[in-house]
Amino acid sequence: MSSQESSEQSRDKAKNQPPAVLDLQAVSVLYSGKPAVKKVSCQILRNRITAIIGPSGCGKSTLLRSLNRMNDFVDGVSIEGKILFADQDLYGKGVDPVEVRRRIGMVFQKPNPFPKSIYNNIAWAPGINGYSGSMDELVERSLSQAALWEEVKDRLHESALNLSGGQQQRLCIARALAMEPQVLLMDEPCSALDPISTAHIEDLLFELKSRYTIVIVTHNMQQAARISDFTAFMEMGDLIEFGDTDQIFTRPLKKRTEEYVTGRFG
Amino acid sequence: MFNSSIHKSGKRWGEILIKFWLWLCAGVSLVTTVAIIVLLLAETLKFFTQVSPIEFFFGTRWVPLMQPSSFGVLPLLWGTIQITVGAAIIAIPLGLASAIYLSEYASDKMRAWLKPILELLAGIPTVVYGYFALTFVTPALKTFIPDIQVFNALSGAIVVGIMILPTIATLSDNALRAVPVSLRQAAYALGATSYEVTTRVVVPAGLSGVIASFLLGISRAIGETMAVTIAAGATPNLSLSMLESIQTITAYIVQVSLGDTPSGGVAYQTLFAVATLLFFITLLINVISQWILSRFREVYD
Amino acid sequence: MAFSTEQAQAQLQKRHRKSLYFARFCAFITWSSVFLLAVLLMQISIDGFGWLDWQFLDSFPSRFPERAGIKSALVGTLWLILMIAVISVPVGISAALYLEEFAGKGRLAKVIEVNVANLSGVPSIVYGILGLAIFVRFFALERSLVSGALTMSLLVLPTIIIASREAIKTVPMSIRYAALSLGATRWQTTWSHVLPASFPGIMTGVILALSRAIGETAPLIMIGALTFVAFLPQSPMDEFTALPIQIYNWVSRPQQEFHQLAAAGIIVLLIVLLLMNATAIYIRSKTEQRLK
Repeated sequence: MSSQESSEQSRDKAKNQPPAVLDLQAVSVLYSGKPAVKKVSCQILRNRITAIIGPSGCGKSTLLRSLNRMNDFVDGVSIEGKILFADQDLYGKGVDPVEVRRRIGMVFQKPNPFPKSIYNNIAWAPGINGYSGSMDELVERSLSQAALWEEVKDRLHESALNLSGGQQQRLCIARALAMEPQVLLMDEPCSALDPISTAHIEDLLFELKSRYTIVIVTHNMQQAARISDFTAFMEMGDLIEFGDTDQIFTRPLKKRTEEYVTGRFG
Repeated sequence: MFNSSIHKSGKRWGEILIKFWLWLCAGVSLVTTVAIIVLLLAETLKFFTQVSPIEFFFGTRWVPLMQPSSFGVLPLLWGTIQITVGAAIIAIPLGLASAIYLSEYASDKMRAWLKPILELLAGIPTVVYGYFALTFVTPALKTFIPDIQVFNALSGAIVVGIMILPTIATLSDNALRAVPVSLRQAAYALGATSYEVTTRVVVPAGLSGVIASFLLGISRAIGETMAVTIAAGATPNLSLSMLESIQTITAYIVQVSLGDTPSGGVAYQTLFAVATLLFFITLLINVISQWILSRFREVYD
Repeated sequence: MAFSTEQAQAQLQKRHRKSLYFARFCAFITWSSVFLLAVLLMQISIDGFGWLDWQFLDSFPSRFPERAGIKSALVGTLWLILMIAVISVPVGISAALYLEEFAGKGRLAKVIEVNVANLSGVPSIVYGILGLAIFVRFFALERSLVSGALTMSLLVLPTIIIASREAIKTVPMSIRYAALSLGATRWQTTWSHVLPASFPGIMTGVILALSRAIGETAPLIMIGALTFVAFLPQSPMDEFTALPIQIYNWVSRPQQEFHQLAAAGIIVLLIVLLLMNATAIYIRSKTEQRLK
C-alpha cells in the first residue's frame, strides 16, 4: 500500500470516526489495595473491535471485567477513576450492576454453556428480563449471528453440553448476543479452542463488528493484528500505548510496545 | 433491548425479601443452639438450688424418683462410661481394620458393594439394634456366660459398638484415601510389605482424620439412647461387672419421660441436669474432634 | 555386606507372612460386618414374618398379641415424614443457599457454619428435651403431631444444611459467572442454575436426613408420643404414635409374642426406609438425566 493511499485511509477514518461507547478516564483497579490496573484512559468506539494485548498478568482481564462490573464479585476490589457509558459513570451512585450487565455482555475464556438445551441457553436471559417478542425468532437470530444456526437448527432441544468446544463457544456468543448488548466483551475467547474453531470465531467477529461494539482481550498478537481496529497494549497494569492497530503493529510510538509486538518478550 | 439508563429503576423488592428469608432460615440454627443452652442451663440452675452440686457430681446413689431420694449422678455416668468404653473397644479396632481393608486392599468392585452395605448398617434405626441385643446377643452371650442377666451392660456395649462401627469405618476410610498414592509407592519402593506400609506410613499420614472418626464414634455412643435402654436396663449402679443391668444417662431420661413426672418438681429437673451433663460432654468431644481435624490436617504437598 | 542373606531371607518371609495375615484379618473383619447385617436381617425376618399380614397392618395395638396391629403407628409415621419434610426441607435448603451464595466469608457465616456442625453432633434426646420445653409446654402445642414434627425438623436440619451445602459447592463458578454476566440477579442465578444443578445431591441429603428421623424414638418419647394409640390422627394437632415407638413398646414387654410382633413392626419400618431410599435414587436419576 503506497503512503499516499494509507494517509488517505487515515483521513477517511478520522472523518468517519464513530462515537465513543465507553470512555475510560484514569481508571485504576485495586485488589485489597494492590493496583492491578493503573490510571488507564482510552475510548472504546462504536462498531469497532478494540483489542487489549500484553504479557500475562498485565491487568488486561481485570480491566475488561471492570467494564461490566464483573469485578464486583471479587473480595476487596476497589475502583478509582471513571468509566462513562452513555454519559453515566458505571460506578456512579445509584447504578445497578445488573442493569450494566444487561447492556454490556461478556464471553469467557472457557466456554461455559448452561447444562440445559441449546434453545434454553439462549432463551433464558431474555426470558427473565421480560422479553415479550417471539422467542423462537430471537433464538434463531442469535444463533445465525453467531454462525451456529445451520449446525444446530435441528437439535435445538438437545443439551448444549453435547456440542464441540468451538460450537459451545459460539453458543456462548449467541447467548450474549441474544441480550442485544451495546458492547460485547470477550476475554481470550479462543485460547481454549483449536485453530480451526479459532478461525471460525475470528471470521464471526469481523461480521459482528457492523452491529456490535467489541472489546477483546487476547494474548495472541497475530489475532489482534488480524481482526481489531484499535489496540491497547498494557504492561504491569499501565496502558503503555493505545492506537490504530495498523499503527501499533507497524509504527509503534513506544519502545516497549515495539519490543512486545516484535516478540522480544511476553 | 433496553434503554441506556443504567440506574436502578426502583429497589428490587423481590431480591430483598428472598435474601431476608434465606438469612432467617440460616438463623434458625443459631436460635436452636441458644435455645438449647438457655433452656438446659436455666433448669439446671433451678435444680442446683434444690440439690447441692457436690451431691450431684460426687454422690454414688441415684434414686431421684422415690423416697428417700439421692441425687448422685455417678452411677449414671458409670453406666454411660461402661457402654461407651465397651463399644469403643469393639468399634475402634474393627472399624479401623474395615477402613484399612476398604482403602488399601479391597478392589474397586468390592468397594462398590461394601460401602453401601456399611451405609445400610449405619442407617438401621436404633430400636432395631435394641431388639437385636435383647433377642439375639443376650441369649448368645448366655451360652458362654450363664450368669449374665437379661438386661446387661455387655449386650448394650456390643450392640452400640456395632452401631458406631460403620461411622468409624467410613470416616477413617475417607481419611486414609486422602493420603496420596505417591506416599505408598515410595514406601513400597523401599521394599516394605503392605502391612508395614499401612501401619507405618498410611495410617500415621491420615491420623488426624482417623482420630477424629474415633471421637465422633465415641460421641455417638455416649448419646445413644434406645439400644441401651432396651438392652441394658434401668438399674443405676456402680458395679464393676458388665453382666448386670445398668442405667445410662440417656436411658434414665427415657425412663422419666415414659412416666408421668409432674413438671416443676425436682424429679422433672433431674432431666435437665443430666441432659446438660450429656450435652456438654458430647459438645466437648465434638469440638475436640473438629479442632484436631482443622489444626492437624495434613498438607500433602 | 551388611545384610546376611539367610537372616534377611528368613526375616522377609516372616514379614510377608505377617502382612498376609494382616490383610486376611482386615478382610475377615469387614466381611463379618456384612455377615452380621445378614444375620440381623435374617433374625428379624424369621421372628417377624409369621406375624406379617393384612390384619397386622390394619389393626390397632391391643393387649392381645393376636389382635394387635400397627395401623396407628404406620399412619403416624407417614404423617410425620410428610410434616417433617414440609418444614425442614425448605428451611434447610434456604439456610444452605444463604451460607453458600449470599453470605460471603464474614464472621457471621463462619459462626453459623461451626454452629451447624456442632448441632449435628448433639444427641437426639437433647432435641427431645428442647421440643418438650418449647413446643409442648411453651407454645402449648401439647403432645401433637405438630410438636413431634417440629422437634424432629430441628433434629434433621443440620444434616440437610450440610448435605445441601456440599451439593451446592459442586456447581462450578463458571455457570454462575455466565448467568450474572447476562444481567441476572443473584437470586435469578441461584434459582435457575445453582439449585437445579445441585438438586440431585440435595435430594440425597434430604432422604438421608428423613431416614434418620423416621428411626428416631427418643425425641418422640420425650415430647409425649403415646405408646398405646387406638385411633388414627385426623389433624396435625392430634396425638399420635409412630413405628419406632410401637416397636419399642412391644420389645419392652416380657411375652415372646410381643417380641415377634416387634420384629414384624421392624420389617414394616425397614420397608418404609427402603421405599424412601428407592424414591431418592429414582428422583436422583430423573433429575440428573435432565441436566445432561
